Amino acid sequence: MERLLSIAAGLSLLLIGIVLFAIRRAHIRVEYSVSWLTAASALFVLSTWKEGLSYIGEILGLDNAPYVLLLIIGILFLFVFFRFSVIISNLKDANIALTQKVAILEYQLHSIHEESETKA
Amino acid sequence: VIRPIGEDALMILIPAFNEEGAIGAVVNEIKEFHPDLPILVVDDCSADGTRRAALHAGADVVTVPFHLGLGGCVQAGYRLAFDLGFQYVIRLDGDGQHDPAYITKILQKLKESRSQMVIGSRYLNGSGEHTSFMRGLGIRFFRLFLRLILAKPVHDPTSGFVGVNREALEVFARSFPLEYPEIEALVVLQRLTFRFEEVPVRMRKRLAGQSSITAVRSLYYVLHVLLGVLVNILKYRGSTRR
Repeated sequence: MERLLSIAAGLSLLLIGIVLFAIRRAHIRVEYSVSWLTAASALFVLSTWKEGLSYIGEILGLDNAPYVLLLIIGILFLFVFFRFSVIISNLKDANIALTQKVAILEYQLHSIHEESETKA
Repeated sequence: VIRPIGEDALMILIPAFNEEGAIGAVVNEIKEFHPDLPILVVDDCSADGTRRAALHAGADVVTVPFHLGLGGCVQAGYRLAFDLGFQYVIRLDGDGQHDPAYITKILQKLKESRSQMVIGSRYLNGSGEHTSFMRGLGIRFFRLFLRLILAKPVHDPTSGFVGVNREALEVFARSFPLEYPEIEALVVLQRLTFRFEEVPVRMRKRLAGQSSITAVRSLYYVLHVLLGVLVNILKYRGSTRR
């Protein structure tokens, strides 16, 4: 159990480090890093705070701390994935609207250009 | 730029993806029946010469910068038609399956019935010819399913030969299903208490190309459409009834 909690704490710190590095290199925007940093921080706190983990385990009816931790990790990351699905969906809608607008404007511009050429 | 002609201006909309082999003939055939009708082809970033063939045949062509899928293309056409002030839009497929001789019939029904949408149905005259077995099966399933939702029979819910008036155009210019849009569009209309009618049309063999809905994708199609219908029922719940 101790080893698993230590690995979880190490991985959460690694995740925080990777996210911060990605922000610094502008590979990820700050607003999209919040979910990852929150999830990784929560994971770190829970894997280092055994009493807290046991308390949550009691509430959930689980007496095995690693199971509690895995359950919480799963739930946290499901929320993160859902948030990113929402963001991707919004981006796709915006992309489609922009693509249609660009295509229509290009068509109108091309037509105006052709008309002016015909007049000339 | 195509412009509306007269008070009841009609535009023909043809979404096309890799239809080089058929699009020219489709545009020419429409022009034979209706020489003065504005024809807009929305080219879904085809890899072949669809754009060139459509332009050569005398259509106006809007080319989207990347592949949007059928719904995205149709919506682009609806947007342009709405912005330009067209009163009616009739949509045909670019593969030659839809006979342009029925354009007048659909337009007439749109005007007479004052319905927001008129569907060209291959099943109203009882034939349903040139429809694959899988598609026929899917159509039968959705007929039964939509009967419950629409409280009205629809014989050919997947038909792409569809006319809309300006009211529907306004709605679809704002929001239109992206993939497999026909059935979802019907549900949207029902939720807004818009009306639709069907007129019998003859369906022909496609001039070139193959249907994008293969047997394997049929299951995905059914699931996608069922989910889309559910989403639209929830999305438009509580809309102002007219």
